Amino acid sequence: MTATIELLQVGKRFDARHAGGAAYEALSGFDLAIADGEFFCLLGPTGCGKSTVMHLVAGFEQPSAGRVLVRGTPVRGPGADRGMVFQSDLALFPWLTVEQNVAFGLEVAHRTAAEVRTLVERNLDLVGLSAHRGKFPRELSGGMKQRVQIARSLATDPSILLMDEPFGALDAQTRRRMQEELARIWSMSRKTVLFITHDIGEAIWLADRIGVMTHGPGSRMKEVVVNRLPRPRVHMTPEFVGLYNALEDSIRAESDAMLDG
Amino acid sequence: MASEAPVSHPAVVDRQRPESIAPPAGVDSSAMPSDAHDSGRAARGDFTRSPWLPVVALLVTVALWDLGARLTIPILLPPPADVARAGWKSASDGSLFRHIGASYFRILTGWAIGCAIAVPFGILAGRIRWVRAILDPYVEFFRFVPPIAFVTLFMIWLGLGELSKVALIVYTAFFTTFLATLAGAMGVEPERIRAAQCLGATRRQVFFRVIVPGTVPHIVTGVRLSLGLAFMTVIAAEFIAAQTGIGYMIFSARLFAQTEYVFLGILVLGLMGFAANWVLKKLLSRIVYRYDVKL
Repeated sequence: MTATIELLQVGKRFDARHAGGAAYEALSGFDLAIADGEFFCLLGPTGCGKSTVMHLVAGFEQPSAGRVLVRGTPVRGPGADRGMVFQSDLALFPWLTVEQNVAFGLEVAHRTAAEVRTLVERNLDLVGLSAHRGKFPRELSGGMKQRVQIARSLATDPSILLMDEPFGALDAQTRRRMQEELARIWSMSRKTVLFITHDIGEAIWLADRIGVMTHGPGSRMKEVVVNRLPRPRVHMTPEFVGLYNALEDSIRAESDAMLDG
Repeated sequence: MASEAPVSHPAVVDRQRPESIAPPAGVDSSAMPSDAHDSGRAARGDFTRSPWLPVVALLVTVALWDLGARLTIPILLPPPADVARAGWKSASDGSLFRHIGASYFRILTGWAIGCAIAVPFGILAGRIRWVRAILDPYVEFFRFVPPIAFVTLFMIWLGLGELSKVALIVYTAFFTTFLATLAGAMGVEPERIRAAQCLGATRRQVFFRVIVPGTVPHIVTGVRLSLGLAFMTVIAAEFIAAQTGIGYMIFSARLFAQTEYVFLGILVLGLMGFAANWVLKKLLSRIVYRYDVKL
């Protein structure tokens, strides 16, 4: 079985112009393979290049070395086969209502009005925003805005979902609720998910496998941990805590190594 | 704010606020609403919210103006009654409306054309590096050359007719709207563009569905600012070469020492700006909420 998302010996250099004065090597010899329908979390210390990996898969950036493949085909640019949920709610279109935001991907694909209506309806239901369909993003809470982003990216039914710290800006309680909902939505849709976070608990709660990156510059994949905790998951069981501690030690070792120089 | 310049009344009201706190007895009883008596102390404490406040302030202003006029000669400060008489006279012979019409025509035509050119160029320059590279030096140069500096040149090139005056206002409106639009188009959130790309939008769709709507609030700012500037430019142009227009009316009044016509011109100009701004706000009110524009 070939991987849905595959990064082979990927390197990414930013030249001085883009990196604000000094050239910077974000990734070097980075490997990653995500299977179809898998929920993969990428963990790592701050500045380790997690977002760079995401941008390569999304097609916002091209690798300087190695290959980035989606279903065996090199990524040339962004596309509707890879839905993306951003950390920042700036990614929403503030001049469009909730339902117009969700309809965006369907409309640029010239789907029929009836299809748009049905799919918008279904995805608003899925994230529990049907009652707020006529509101503008600025009238919503942070959690609701992220739900709009999720509904919007699901509406076009991409096989891959890329999520770049989507709950990073939310308060702890809202974040927990969103994690539960995402687990529920994922269990129904079984999309291939690449999820970036620096929250270890979030990664354990959501992921099938968790990748830990080395510190930068020139980050690689340090280790990939298989999360065998049964779903639906329960927080703070001994197994949960054991996995948490192991991952925390692994990340700590990387940030210490970076600080030591 | 330059755009507020023609709408000078709110500023006048503000300046007069101290007087209206303790208005003269006569003004108070005639202009205060009846509920001021009904709710007694509460209404007194809440005079800042009374809808009559600007009316009272206006009456006070006119009263002070009249008082001031009595202390000097009409050629320096004509009394309100003289200005009203001048207004009545020029209105009844139709000349006032001819001047208003001429100025409005120049302002609105020039402004509309200038904005219509500026918006597409501003968006393109904001989004396409080479367009910006070509236009930037010219913009940086001409932005320091006020439109009035071109009055003579435009007269030589385009004659003394309407064309030269309209062209001057096109220039005025273009620059302000162009610069505002450019800033808006450059500032469109990269995340928003990326989000659209991930939803399958083509380059063309990103342009029309993300960049153009994302620039709307800045376009509104530019369009409103340039309307105010168009009012300034038209007066300068009409001072120098015109047979009609409010600027001509003001400038020719000087020859006959008819200061009341100067006052009338200023007053009419303020009202014209006020009206134009009000209409523009009404037109924009449909999009204000969607684009979260502050008017």
